Amino acid sequence: MKSLGELTIVEALELLEKRECSSVELVAGMIEVIKERDREICAYVSLDEGGAFEQAKAADAARARGEKCRLLGVPIAVKDILNVQGQPCTCGSAILKGYVSPYDATVIAKLRQDGAVFLGRTNMDEFAMGSTTENSALGVTRNPANPGFVPGGSSGGSAAAVAGNLAIAALGTDTGGSIRQPASFCGCVGMKPSYGRVSRYGLTAFASSLDQVGPICKTVRDAAALLDVMAGHDSMDSTSIDVPLTDCTAAMKKDLKGLKLGLPREYFVKGMDRSVERSVMAAVETCRELGAEVIDVSLPHTEYAVATYYIIATAEASANLARFDGVRYGARREGADPLEMYCNTRAHGLGREVKRRIILGTYVLSSGYHDAYYIRAQKARTLIRSDFEKVFEECYALLAPVTPTTAYALGEKINDPLQMYLGDILTIPANLAGICGMSVPCGVGDNGLPVGLQMLGPAFKEERILHVGHAFEGAMTQKAGRA
Amino acid sequence: MRDEVNDGIDVGYVAKLARLDLTDEELRSFQEQLRDIVGYVRKVQELDVGSVEPMSHGIPISNVFRSDVPGSSLLQETVLKNAPSHREGQFIVPKIVE
Amino acid sequence: MKYAVAIGLEVHVQLKTKSKMFCGCETSFGDVPNTHVCPVCLGYPGAMPVMNGEAIRYTVMAGLMIGSKISGYSKFDRKSYFYPDMPKNYQITQYDKPLCIGGAVEIDAANGRRAIHITRIHLEEDVAKNMHFANSSGIDFNRAGIPLMEIVTEPEIESPDEAMKFLLELKRIMEYAGVSNCNLEEGNVRCDVNCSIRPAGSDVLGTKAELKNLNTFKGVYHALEYEIHRQVELVDHGGRILQETRRWDPDTGVTHSMRSKEEAHDYRYFPEPDLLPVILPPDVVAEWKSRLPELPHQRIERFISQYGLPPYDAGVLAADKGVADYFESAARHCSSFKGLSNWIMTEVLRHLSETGKQIGDICVPPPALAELVGMVDAGAVNNTVAKEVLNAMFEDGGSPADIVRAKGLSQVSDEDSLSELVESAIAANAKSVEAYRGGKAAALQSLVGHVMKASRGKANAAKVQDILRRKLG
Repeated sequence: MKSLGELTIVEALELLEKRECSSVELVAGMIEVIKERDREICAYVSLDEGGAFEQAKAADAARARGEKCRLLGVPIAVKDILNVQGQPCTCGSAILKGYVSPYDATVIAKLRQDGAVFLGRTNMDEFAMGSTTENSALGVTRNPANPGFVPGGSSGGSAAAVAGNLAIAALGTDTGGSIRQPASFCGCVGMKPSYGRVSRYGLTAFASSLDQVGPICKTVRDAAALLDVMAGHDSMDSTSIDVPLTDCTAAMKKDLKGLKLGLPREYFVKGMDRSVERSVMAAVETCRELGAEVIDVSLPHTEYAVATYYIIATAEASANLARFDGVRYGARREGADPLEMYCNTRAHGLGREVKRRIILGTYVLSSGYHDAYYIRAQKARTLIRSDFEKVFEECYALLAPVTPTTAYALGEKINDPLQMYLGDILTIPANLAGICGMSVPCGVGDNGLPVGLQMLGPAFKEERILHVGHAFEGAMTQKAGRA
Repeated sequence: MRDEVNDGIDVGYVAKLARLDLTDEELRSFQEQLRDIVGYVRKVQELDVGSVEPMSHGIPISNVFRSDVPGSSLLQETVLKNAPSHREGQFIVPKIVE
Repeated sequence: MKYAVAIGLEVHVQLKTKSKMFCGCETSFGDVPNTHVCPVCLGYPGAMPVMNGEAIRYTVMAGLMIGSKISGYSKFDRKSYFYPDMPKNYQITQYDKPLCIGGAVEIDAANGRRAIHITRIHLEEDVAKNMHFANSSGIDFNRAGIPLMEIVTEPEIESPDEAMKFLLELKRIMEYAGVSNCNLEEGNVRCDVNCSIRPAGSDVLGTKAELKNLNTFKGVYHALEYEIHRQVELVDHGGRILQETRRWDPDTGVTHSMRSKEEAHDYRYFPEPDLLPVILPPDVVAEWKSRLPELPHQRIERFISQYGLPPYDAGVLAADKGVADYFESAARHCSSFKGLSNWIMTEVLRHLSETGKQIGDICVPPPALAELVGMVDAGAVNNTVAKEVLNAMFEDGGSPADIVRAKGLSQVSDEDSLSELVESAIAANAKSVEAYRGGKAAALQSLVGHVMKASRGKANAAKVQDILRRKLG
């Protein structure tokens, strides 16, 4: 039998339904695994044992009463950027030390409603700014495939927990690839839903027009199950949309017959790791074997995506993070007057990457530069979005690599922010365009670390990438079985 | 003609606008890193965007309103628990001099 | 040297929504600090604003009342600046796409009626309230997030007196529009002022000073008086006006330059990504326009035509929307509109000025006053008695008929009782009787007065006269 940590959501629900295991046993088992193995990985920043057992007991009782909930009794890990009532929410930052959230993020409330158990909080780059989870005030998370390597970021804790069998499933957030990139680096499934699909209320904002919450799971089917609970309009988030989610389970067929998939040529960038390209091209071949017609397409403005993103995201962040001033919550450093108090508080409470991005964002909005940078970037964003609209007129979905390289060694890129930013080029466009994307494991690179295949779909067509992902995943499993 | 917009970033000044005190070391290394980063993001200026509409929202919809119905608020006790300093029901800050 | 003055106002008017601009917290005033707060209006991590649709409608109504053009496309922006009363350290406001553009408010200026043009009206959120302790400041976020309309005028106001007139007229229009309670004590109307002088005859505006901390209309008036004087003195003595912000100190009656430690201002406006644009199609605006309340001057005209009131009466009644509403409400139960108007203009307004109450606070509902006026009209009570009854109603409420009954104040009209009173008056006033018989018609009034006195005002005066004439005939 599998260890508890290896279970998928679907398997856990089956065990619970057959009464082969209770939610309390599941939680106890998971906590034991985490305590034993997370010392090395550091995926979690905190565990809520008391709360988790209470929720598990309630779930077991509800099951005994015959209640039907979609995630009843399943323990989930949550990125430490989502507010959970009565719990800290550090966002990986020292500035939120002492903050206890008085409210549930909408996505948390929805999962709670459907019986999920909140096991603990996962590590992340401070305020989701980073690609390695090295920018956390609460420690460095390691890649379970090789602890000398980064797990990716910013949802590195969630991806490491799932890939390292320290969680059944987890929530992450994705502003420029923060779900898909760590999922690819660690070897699990990570999905960024379309902008507006999942409520952002209670998600501590990094860049409000780009952020989305999404599932990080072991299988595509699990991602669909979690998304099904998370999605939907929320009156607390004006940008969440009331477009019903197409039944994802029904959409998940085993083949790709008659589908046209696009392969954007700009996504095979200069300097791309050969083994990444090899794995992705093999995956493309697999999709062809499944019946898809894969065609070459062009997204001509891709080369502007990184510049556009780092202007828009940091501009929004510079305002979003202005609220961390030591007045109403968090860690304060005193000063003689409010101005001095702000400067001291922010100097000590915020990390280097966050400061760098706040400065960049402040600069591109400041008088004299606003039009040349911020407005220009907004216009470039329109062009990037229309690139996608054009290819989706023809294509069902797109296939692409997630990152130009596999995971790299800890500390390798921390001192070269620009090189780090350039690594986001393949994930950023989806956020700028508001479309959905997913990373599914597709192989192993030359350094022995996982490679992910990215699927991109039109806005509010998550069922398409789930369909492609599920069929591809099935073919991979079959191949692995034969080998 | 001198290109004022692309003169480069003055990290010290911008950090003050953002209420960030930087150490000398931070100032030096950020100045260098951000000079490169700003130089890179200037790439957006290459694009011909004359008639393109700027995209300022993640989604092209409008008119999302709530009705004017009072809902519940937090308890004073709850919000003051998070306050770094409070007195007589108020959040306390260093004296504001106007 | 003679100078011309140019004054522009930025008036912040608190809208009378029940909940805040971007969250469901209540907007009530004077409550325990930090009890009407939530993650949104405290700027908690993860909280998001959602627009109060009623605030949008109120702002558009206000714009329509003063003839603004309503923007088909409008949006909200973030304005960044750090201040302890600002929960997010940015304010959600409207930068380049306000809800209303243009419009005007007419005032009675020294040289006749004149329009003060409005630049724009936009909607924004209020900040928190600061209080000061000896060595620290305290912040109450109850007010943070309450919707404020900012009404910006062109610099067309020429004197402190005109500024005052503009503010009073604007306040009256906003009350008529029903968009604000305009309660000055509760700070519902606050304003920032800019002011400059230039040589008379010049049409190039001088350098302006901005004035802050003007908490009352009187404060605006006095601060402007002082500031104009200061600028004239300065220029007359060869000085130069600096573009600066000055703070009015109501205690000492002077303005001080605010040399704050604040760094250079750079608000770094950009569109609020959490709020979507507001698109108002012409048919929606037209529908709202069709439901627009009257302007004060329209109501005066209608009072004249509909109720046949003299222009003077109409003007007095319409000066306060509450009083005008009271009149109309009473008029529905009354046939003597002029009589009703007289009673309101004299007795009711006197009562208000004596007690300092608002019309909404008095315990005489409009139908009760209408009933009393009807009783006077029908001769059931005379004026003297009616005044006594109304005073009783001001004290304890109640219906006029009940009070008359309880106090035994009904008018006496029956022939026998009156004859008796007349007989004794004739007997007691031989001189007057003689004078009347001698042709002095006025002497009759003295006899009537005697009867009235004896009846404690209850006698029907007209009948008394008839009986007297008969008896002395």
